[in-house]
Amino acid sequence: MTGLKTTSILKRLRIASVGVCTALAVSLASVSSVALSKEQQVGWPEKEELKFGFIKLTDMAPLAIAYEKGFFEDEGLYVTLEAQANWKVLLDRVIDGQLDGAHMLAGQPLGATIGFGTESHVVTAFSMDLNGNGITVSNEIWDKMKAHIPTENGKPVHPIKADYLKPVVEEYQNAGKPFNMGMVFPVSTHNYELRYWLAAGGIHPGYYAPHKGDTAGQIDAQALLSVTPPPQMPATMEAGTIYGYCVGEPWNQQAVFKGIGVPVITDYEIWKNNPEKVFGVSQGWAEKYPNTHIRVVKALIRAAMWLDENNNANRPEAVKILSKSTYVGADENVLANSMTGTFEYEKGDKREVPDFNVFFRYNATYPYYSDAIWYLTQMRRWGQISEAKSDDWYKETAKKVYKPEIYAKAALALIAEGKANPADFPEFTTETGFKPPQSEFIDGVTYDGSKPNEYLQQFDIGLKGETVL
Amino acid sequence: MSKMTTILRIPSATPSSNPVLSRIVQSTPALLLPIIGLLLFLAIWNGVAKSIDTSLGQFPGPAQVLEQAGALVDEHAAQREKADAFYERQETRNAARVAQDPSYVPKIREFTGAPTFFDQIWTSLYTVMVGFFIASVVAVPVGILCGLSKSAYTAINPLIQLFKPVSPLAWLPLVTMVVSALYVSDEPAFSKSFVTSAFTVSLCCLWPTLINTAVGVSNIDKDLLNVSKVLRLTPFAHLTKIVLPSSIPMIFTGLRLSLGIGWMVLIAAEMLAQNPGLGKFVWDEFQNGSSESLARIMVAVLTIGAIGFVLDRLMLSIQRAVSWDKSSVLR
Repeated sequence: MTGLKTTSILKRLRIASVGVCTALAVSLASVSSVALSKEQQVGWPEKEELKFGFIKLTDMAPLAIAYEKGFFEDEGLYVTLEAQANWKVLLDRVIDGQLDGAHMLAGQPLGATIGFGTESHVVTAFSMDLNGNGITVSNEIWDKMKAHIPTENGKPVHPIKADYLKPVVEEYQNAGKPFNMGMVFPVSTHNYELRYWLAAGGIHPGYYAPHKGDTAGQIDAQALLSVTPPPQMPATMEAGTIYGYCVGEPWNQQAVFKGIGVPVITDYEIWKNNPEKVFGVSQGWAEKYPNTHIRVVKALIRAAMWLDENNNANRPEAVKILSKSTYVGADENVLANSMTGTFEYEKGDKREVPDFNVFFRYNATYPYYSDAIWYLTQMRRWGQISEAKSDDWYKETAKKVYKPEIYAKAALALIAEGKANPADFPEFTTETGFKPPQSEFIDGVTYDGSKPNEYLQQFDIGLKGETVL
Repeated sequence: MSKMTTILRIPSATPSSNPVLSRIVQSTPALLLPIIGLLLFLAIWNGVAKSIDTSLGQFPGPAQVLEQAGALVDEHAAQREKADAFYERQETRNAARVAQDPSYVPKIREFTGAPTFFDQIWTSLYTVMVGFFIASVVAVPVGILCGLSKSAYTAINPLIQLFKPVSPLAWLPLVTMVVSALYVSDEPAFSKSFVTSAFTVSLCCLWPTLINTAVGVSNIDKDLLNVSKVLRLTPFAHLTKIVLPSSIPMIFTGLRLSLGIGWMVLIAAEMLAQNPGLGKFVWDEFQNGSSESLARIMVAVLTIGAIGFVLDRLMLSIQRAVSWDKSSVLR
């Protein structure tokens, strides 16, 4: 009896050892066949089951595509995507670890790290897209604005500056009615873009004064901005609570389709190829799971490449995926309007904006320090950063939050695997992370990311230098 | 007995010579009236829907809602197929990984796709049942205590009166914060959102059971109490032989009310806290703002109603089964 048992155990052991041997052999073979240098090889992910949050906006596309096209799975990651109620909930859940990462406003990791709003060190190694927002006003405001806008061939001349909105705002002010507008979050791109556009047209959007406990951002304001979650924008404007808003797609096109408002300008016209969303994770998470982080960025880069491939050839398919109710869920024709390179202003006034949504070209996914610094300058301009900061502080903060080194590792691994082309990326050995000075803003002001304080001096409306409210 | 009730139900029915015919005639109103009501409702709905234009398109009529119900079923089937493909892919990937990295312990992960409408129904049902169970486990013993002891009742009553009218939405932020502070573990058995929803449900469906149990226990027939005294039953025997059997109808009345409240509360809690379930489905669809959203929400509304109805009937039949007084009318 005992003898029988021993032999059977021995037999099992032998089978097991054979198994291990074959496995070892196979692994050796496969490692040698893929000739990757040690630097380019990314280790196995430390965490394989991940949950990412997003807000229902077309620029969450890289996440949906990386999931649907299996790019996450190719990296050995099993990702669940979950829509979040609003930007605050999303950020809080990333900070407290309920989410591993999320589609974030570029200002969120910066705002969180410097302690405006919830304080926590949040980092990003992947910029999700360029452009993609618009400013919409209600029909009533549009009718009043239109009287001032020059026309060509019966159509208004674009870009429409806020100068034409100014008389309308003054009319409301004189009548003692507050001129309310919506944006999606205090540190959102939309807040800064709307403020930039308004201020460029001489309308004061108001200051924040967090050191005095004022986080409403309406000090000295002519136009009063307040927060509304993106999907609720059209309904809030329809209800008459706000007269206009700045938001990402599809919520501007939705206003056109519903016939409740008219988009007046896209952010492409406010600042050509401005950085938009980022993929943010908490610093603690990034330290704990470095390989996972690189692999997530790899998958997202592939998704971004897919989205812009062959001159946007995949966009119609992307629209189909995004229109599923678990992603953005809006009607296909609404999504297609902006995603496929057009933008409808007034009903019937559809214009070509091929770069309305840029996911990969122009190094859209690379986390530039200069982009981070632009957001920080706007935080200073509107008082979210209440005191003067040195140029070095801006650079240090950008380096604390933006992680191009992780992006470079991911991109190099993709190049080594033959999944990406080195020409599509910045030259990593020489890249400083600062874009050359840009001047394609609606007001023509030049932005040089290496001189943030000098940049702020150029604005008539806005805090600069040593000014403290 | 049964004959008497049938006659009582329709006193105007004329007795017919043919017993089969008479039975059909007698049961016709019971069948026909609800159908007439339903058809009337559908007709009014259809008529009114056509004249309401929202910014998301026309308000959905019965036809669109039926169509979307079909679409939801199709989506569920499609998602199941995707899940199967997911598991297959995972196995090949696991095998490839083990081939490269023998120390790897392969593991099958659950499908990562978004939950379908039917998954959400299941989540909601499960959550409400857990919440209801927790509430019952607390409420019944406390209710019995209150019923047995006048001083316990006097002590607890103000609390009951204070918390009973509180809306679940007021509890929700507190429950959310408390759960995220106290429920910390690396490998949680339940997700936080589930615990939050379940506790919110519990807090709100505690009260009807508690009050009804207390009333049931305190109204036990004096004769029965005297019997217990004469027989010198131990406190435990007194509880199991006298108190529980005689208060069971009232306890179940409370439980039935509780479950109804729990179901209503759950939908609101899921909607507000973004916890998985039917409430979240409704909210997500509202956020989508597509031309089909309203019809899909209407499907959810009808489903929520139907499930609430079934839950109530279930409790009613349990109540009937355990009630000692079979002659009492329960509805």
